[in-house]
Formats: sequence, C-alpha cells, structure tokens
Amino acid sequence: MKIIYYVNQFFGQIGGEDQAGIAPQFTEKAVGPAMGFEGLLKGEAQIAGTIICGDNYFNENKDEALEAILKMVKDSGADLLVAGPAFNAGRYGMACAELCKAVQEELALPCITGMYEENPGLSECRSEVIVAKTGNSAADMRKALPVMANLALKLLKKENLALPEVDGYFAQGRRLTVFSDKRGSQRAVEMLLRRLGNEDFVTELPMPVFDQVAPAAAIADLSKATIALVTSGGIVPHGNPDHIQSASAQKWGKYDVSGIDALKDDYFTVHGGYDPVYANEQADRVAPLDILNELKREGVIGDIYTYFYTTTGTGTSVANSVTFGSEIGKELKEAGVDGVLLTST
Amino acid sequence: MVKEIERYGLPIVHLATITTISESVGANRIVPTVAIPYPVGNPSLDSKDEHELRKELVLRAVKALGTSIDEPTQFEK
Repeated sequence: MKIIYYVNQFFGQIGGEDQAGIAPQFTEKAVGPAMGFEGLLKGEAQIAGTIICGDNYFNENKDEALEAILKMVKDSGADLLVAGPAFNAGRYGMACAELCKAVQEELALPCITGMYEENPGLSECRSEVIVAKTGNSAADMRKALPVMANLALKLLKKENLALPEVDGYFAQGRRLTVFSDKRGSQRAVEMLLRRLGNEDFVTELPMPVFDQVAPAAAIADLSKATIALVTSGGIVPHGNPDHIQSASAQKWGKYDVSGIDALKDDYFTVHGGYDPVYANEQADRVAPLDILNELKREGVIGDIYTYFYTTTGTGTSVANSVTFGSEIGKELKEAGVDGVLLTST
Repeated sequence: MVKEIERYGLPIVHLATITTISESVGANRIVPTVAIPYPVGNPSLDSKDEHELRKELVLRAVKALGTSIDEPTQFEK
C-alpha cells in the first residue's frame, strides 16, 4: 500500500517564509516528516512521494494549487494522503484541511492530518477528516507522528478507529453505537457518586465549549431606533415557501413584514420540538410583531426592520447556528438596524 | 445566533424560557419568557390579560436594548 505525503515549504526543507510562495512540486521520495513517518509504518505501507507547496501559494491560489496537487496525488497511485502535522501554523493548517477535504471528496482516498486544537484549519475539516491531536509546535513532532501513523495504517486496512481519546484524534461530532457492560442508569449513578465524592469522572456527553462576546452598547434613543425581529421558533408563512426544516435546520428564511400589523394565523410554526397549537393560533405568541407595531405607533421605538428572520432551533448544530447568526447579523448590520429581539422556544 | 449577531456590535435581547441555555450560549441581555410553546403569550389568560402580559414582556425587552450592561443580565419584571 502506498501513502503520499504533503508538507509546506518549511517542512519540505526548501526554505522559510521567503519560500512561502512556491508552487506545488512532487518528489518521488520521503522528505522531512515523511521520513520519520515511513519508519513507523512497520513495512506495511510505503511513502510513494512527497508533495511540497508554499503556504502562501496554496492559500492565495487555492483553485490552482488544489488542481495541481490533486493531479499529483492521483498520478502517484497512492491509497492514502497524509498532510502535516501543521501544529498551530494557521496557513499550513488551512492548506492541510482544504487538501484533505478535496482528496476525500474528489479522489475518494482517505486522509490523515494533525493539528493543534486552536489551528483554524481544524474547524475547517474536523467533521470530515481524521485530525490527530498535536501540540502547538514542531517540538511535538516525535509524539505526533506515531499517532498519525497508527491512524493511517488503520484507515488503509479499513479497520475501525477506536474512540477519539484512545486513538488520539479530534472527535468529529458523530454518534456511534457502542456496547457497555453496564446499563445507563448504573453508569449515571456511579458517575454521580464519584462526583459527590469529589473524585474524577468522565462525562459521556461533553458539552460544547462556548466563547463569549462582550455586550454591545445600549441604544441611546429607542424612539429613533429600528428594531429587527428574529426567532428560532420555526415561524414561517403558510406553505413554508423556503422549506425550512422542522428540526436540525440547514437554513434560515426572511420575510417582508413591512406592511403587516401582526403575524396572526397567516404564519405558522414548522418547529418539531414543541406543541404547535398555540403558535399556530397566533404566531405573534412566538414572534411578537403585533406588539412591536403597537410600540412603534406609540413612539416607543422608531421603526421595525422590513424583514423578519426565522429558523428552527431544535436539533440544529452549533456550527449551523453560528453560520445563521453570522449571516443574519451581517444583513442587519448592513441595513442599519439598531437592535434585535430574538425569541426562542 | 444571538452571540454571532451581537458580534457585529448590535445589541440583542434573547427572549427565552430556558434561560440557563440562553446564558450558556452567551446571550448578554436576557428576558425570561412564559413557556416553550408560547414564549411571548399565555393562552390560558383572557385576551385582554394576555395582551397586557405580552406588551409588558416586549416593552421590557425593548427597554433592555436601551440599557447599558457590563455582564450577562436577566431583565426580570
């Protein structure tokens, strides 16, 4: 079995930042980390060659770089691609992430890379690519390569990987069925007793880690402010024209409410996570357009933004929620909206 | 979503019933609402009382947009 290896100009021993602009090149031997990697394959696979590309070249000419590198990978006849490890090098990490995704999608070859947890390349590819956990600098190379070699051999032999913490890669957010010798209630009670006893315990369902955004400045004069209405309660016009999902939403919608006093029963909910009876009677119970119009008439607020934004919150991934919020926020900011009410069910 | 919208510097109020989730996802201005299926309503009240309750909630949320805060804050009645 053959492995093709990808490194940047630095690990490819061409040069430092001054060589970051070099186009991809192929060498029919193991270079840099690929040499150490080959020694860890126990003769079960060989390095078919090393592709070296400058980090700037890759990131500034992504389409050309990918096209050239994909051809090199294909021509090498390799069964698997190893990229990096990139440690905490951002551009290198992005290159490894983009390349692994492209090779998996377009050539249907498995890929392995390695990164430090804060490398921006990680979020780019972790749900699709197996990314080994590494330290934040090349000083960790000696520890990172055996982990990556073990993962590569397993993928080549089509063996199942062990759990992320055992095989040393980043969890991909997938749920797999595993067998346990103890039922859930027993494991839960044992975990609780350990916790009460101030002993170490390991959760079976880690909560995502959230970052914080500082509170935005208050609106100085509400009577001149334009307020936008947003909901994750799945409120949509009748017929759900944009086919917003009832759970695990993949998109959001926006609807012109500038001539409408209330949503009433012209809107309904597609949200699959709560009893829809009350929202369907009067959608303003979830997205209170009617009250906002009253406050506008009374001069408490200046205006209501033309569009009402909506999606379904239930089962929707954090990654999708972040994307939706970012896209909606951008539109609101560019439209000169002053403040936002977001209702959740 | 709340946090990503606020990242643009837009003040945003999260009207939510499960305020612990609201806090854990990083909302800064939170108005606790009535119930999951009708956050801004209460079908068990008559229409006049329900309207009064709804108006008070939304007004409280709008005023929260006009209130300076330094840390995550719940705006209670």
